[in-house]
Amino acid sequence: MRNDSSSALGEFRQGDIAAFETLFRRHRAAVYGWILRIVRNPATAEDLTVETFWRIYQAHARFDPSRGFEGWARRIAAHAAFDWLKTARSQSELPTELAAPSTADPAISREIRQRTALAFQRLPPKLRIAATLAVIEEQPHKDVAEALGISVAAVKVRVFRALRLLRKDLERQGITP
Amino acid sequence: MNSDQDVRMKTLLQQALPRVEGQPEPEHDLWPAVLRKMDARPAPPPLVDWALVAGLVAFVGFFPAAIPVLLYYL
Repeated sequence: MRNDSSSALGEFRQGDIAAFETLFRRHRAAVYGWILRIVRNPATAEDLTVETFWRIYQAHARFDPSRGFEGWARRIAAHAAFDWLKTARSQSELPTELAAPSTADPAISREIRQRTALAFQRLPPKLRIAATLAVIEEQPHKDVAEALGISVAAVKVRVFRALRLLRKDLERQGITP
Repeated sequence: MNSDQDVRMKTLLQQALPRVEGQPEPEHDLWPAVLRKMDARPAPPPLVDWALVAGLVAFVGFFPAAIPVLLYYL
């Protein structure tokens, strides 16, 4: 983040715990929010926020202060969330623990929404994470690309593939989007 | 997939999985957990790693001529 004082960033790079705590306090909500958008479970998002900051501290010597902290932290957070998505445990959880949308379309039944959510969960993690951030959370493709360490074109390809696979899955269940 | 299908699919997805609104905050102070994780001793290598090392040592013991080949690939 460009607002971070260069001294705090420089001290963090040297491994200074106080500087690290300053950066943690300043960025924890952003990191937590980013992870929550991916894993959609507050308790898991808290665990992964801890994991992310632990990874951040482990990598302090590789941090480049001139490139800012937030984007770097977001990328590490996305990797941590991606690792979690790949685990068997995440496959068994329904990713709809957040509140139902207040603007739910009455034409789309609850059952169809649930089956869509389950079909979405069956997508390969790398497609799911791109579609979650770009389609559901409507994050700018540039931010998604930066967090996932891929190009904007690759984000678009993954979103396209995710939507196509999702549609085929739903069609197999007799649901025509 | 044409653009109409694309839009309908996106709409359905957004209805099925609600967007996270605003800037959510963690419910707990996570700093103590970060410190605990930083202080934790690294986990010892799993048994399978030790088994592989033992197997490699045994292999080298039986076939010392393989050492240069192994060093080449390491």
